Amino acid sequence: MILSVIYSAILLSSIGMTAAIILFIVSKKFYVYEDPKITEVEDILPAANCAGCGSPGCRAFAEKLVHTEDISELFCPVGGNEVMKEVAKILGKEVAEKDPTVAVLRCQGSCDMRPKTTLYQGPRTCAISAMVYGGETECQYGCLGDGDCVEVCDFDAMYMDEESGLPVIITDKCTSCGACVKACPRDIIEMRPKNKRDLKIFVGCLNEDKGGIAKRSCDVACIGCSKCVDVCPKGAITMNNNLAYIDPVACALCRKCVEVCPTHSIIETNFPPKKVKKPTEEKPKAAKLEVEKVAVVKANVESEKPKTDA
Amino acid sequence: MLKTFPKGGVHPEENKFTSSKAIKRMSAPKVVYVPIAQHIGIPSEIVVDRKDKVEIGQVVAKSGGFVSSNIHSPVAGTVTKLDMMVDTSGYKKQCIVIRTDQKNEANFEEPNFPLKKEITMNQKDILQHIKDSGIVGLGGATFPSHVKLDLKNDNHVDCLIINGVECEPYLTADHRLMLEKADEIIVGIQILMHALHIHEAVIGIENNKKDAVAVLKKAAKDDSRIKVAALKVKYPQGSEKQLIKAILKREVPKGGLPMDVGVIVHNVGTIFAIYQAVQYDQPLIERVVTVTGKKIENASNFWVKIGTPIKDLVEEVGGLPEGTRKIVNGGPMMGKAIKNTDVPVTKGTSGILVIDEEEASRQEAKNCIRCGQCVFVCPMGLEPHLLMNLSEKGLYERAASEDVMTCIECGSCSYVCPSHRPLLDYIRFGKSIVKKLNTAKN
Repeated sequence: MILSVIYSAILLSSIGMTAAIILFIVSKKFYVYEDPKITEVEDILPAANCAGCGSPGCRAFAEKLVHTEDISELFCPVGGNEVMKEVAKILGKEVAEKDPTVAVLRCQGSCDMRPKTTLYQGPRTCAISAMVYGGETECQYGCLGDGDCVEVCDFDAMYMDEESGLPVIITDKCTSCGACVKACPRDIIEMRPKNKRDLKIFVGCLNEDKGGIAKRSCDVACIGCSKCVDVCPKGAITMNNNLAYIDPVACALCRKCVEVCPTHSIIETNFPPKKVKKPTEEKPKAAKLEVEKVAVVKANVESEKPKTDA
Repeated sequence: MLKTFPKGGVHPEENKFTSSKAIKRMSAPKVVYVPIAQHIGIPSEIVVDRKDKVEIGQVVAKSGGFVSSNIHSPVAGTVTKLDMMVDTSGYKKQCIVIRTDQKNEANFEEPNFPLKKEITMNQKDILQHIKDSGIVGLGGATFPSHVKLDLKNDNHVDCLIINGVECEPYLTADHRLMLEKADEIIVGIQILMHALHIHEAVIGIENNKKDAVAVLKKAAKDDSRIKVAALKVKYPQGSEKQLIKAILKREVPKGGLPMDVGVIVHNVGTIFAIYQAVQYDQPLIERVVTVTGKKIENASNFWVKIGTPIKDLVEEVGGLPEGTRKIVNGGPMMGKAIKNTDVPVTKGTSGILVIDEEEASRQEAKNCIRCGQCVFVCPMGLEPHLLMNLSEKGLYERAASEDVMTCIECGSCSYVCPSHRPLLDYIRFGKSIVKKLNTAKN
């Protein structure tokens, strides 16, 4: 009786020993050296796996950071400069400092502004409807409104506004990973620099049609009148194919172009409200819409005292 | 037993209301809109300017490369502007707008070309004429014809197939053309056979056009090289690959061309255009268009000048009936809905189909019930349900390995799906992405 207990104990422990030896040998034989820095870097990265950096996931980006000599070209848009600085500390390499950017929607063609002229009943994704035709409205440059950008946003920074039929970007949540930019078949979403108070001025239109045609298809279309180009003191606005573009680097945020734009297609965000001198001045409809949209973001800014206009 | 292709296919309601209506000539419109991208390949280059006076048949845009085609002015008049216009693609494209000169009688004369049987031109001149006349495949694909005829030395072509199948429901343009211009078509075939040294030609016609079969048989009775084959009615027999399989039992290899199995296929409309170009030096400036629909009373076939706005055609048949929801450029299976009636007729417009509210609406897509209907009807032997899922999920490489690129976009799968799934929409999307990936790879 006691013997069988001893035998089984010896048998089990010898099996255990053999297995342990095999495992030990295998682990030595097939050992793969991995730079401990990779894990260290990976821990700092935001673990969003959004692929905004160009690598498939944070782990892959960490490997790339460790293995690349010059990492000044590499940047994690989600973590931003802070994360990149820490990465630089660990790796002892130099990183470039980039201005934080944020996605903006360059189309204001809401249902009121841009009436629908055709009816589409196919699958409701922008990619397919862009392949089929120019969209339900007369404007073939604007938002298709099927929300491919919202679908790909990993950070819940976008939602479709049911009333206007356009996506709305929640600036605070946007990490500028660029997924929406890639998803949009019309290239409506642009990454623009985000300064301290997130003040932005940009043309909210991509319509390259001639003025009359553009205006007929959408009330807030850029009609290519060049008034903004003339008024800009910095020469930051260029006019190409009947469409104005404001260079975010050169722009001094003076808001002169916003005032002169006859169709209100230039959008300003997060600026304090202007001191109204003319008592009867009506606020443009389009600007109002934009103000409402950014109201969430604005709440943070409003605590700061409004500066006088430039 | 009539011949047909073996795999898949459907037989939709034919609705060929206009098959007994003779082709009427439409008078020249006041203004024509001539898009420069009317064919597959590189868009043509505009060679006229604003305020230029143009004659009928004058080149207004010249071929932009090898796979491209000349475009001729369909009317005599003045170029008023070079503008962007929505064309049949649904996008704004460059367009030449020509105002018809109302005083110029050439615009309103009925062209009179008596049958000319003798072929006097040599091979080289024939091919050059076809190229210069801007002839493209008039069946709807608009592939420049001279590219098809440009035989490399290692391609041995022994059979010419003439596509008079017209498998799309509603359309009767080719049918009427075969009835009315049978002799010219036979001469056109002889021209091509002469130019390419081919000794066999088969005209494929579906058996719902028995009169056309009889007429062409009669016209071809003096030439033993030309045969007429009556085919079983089955969609998509008008597709090149299916037609070759039906008539000659040869299978075009995956990703290959009919040339690889020694065949060239041309539509009857193209053959007639070739006849006109070679015998009378007439460029391609007009074509037969069927204007039809269930609610349209005066539905008929018309000789229409390229660039005529579709609204003129609709007016000709008595305007849009009440409750019209969709106007399709082409047939109901492969045609494309147009955005508005200002869209002009192009070289590829074989029909204008007006659909009412009841039939135009798509039904709500439900889940796939795995019935396998789509697999059963696919003429290319693909699995449409799988391809749709793959492109919906973004698995494009897998879709490519499942041969998404061999899809001929006939729409049979979407037609039979009992769950009304948008199979073709997604497959087409998958194809466009795979195409992009392939070009990026090269």
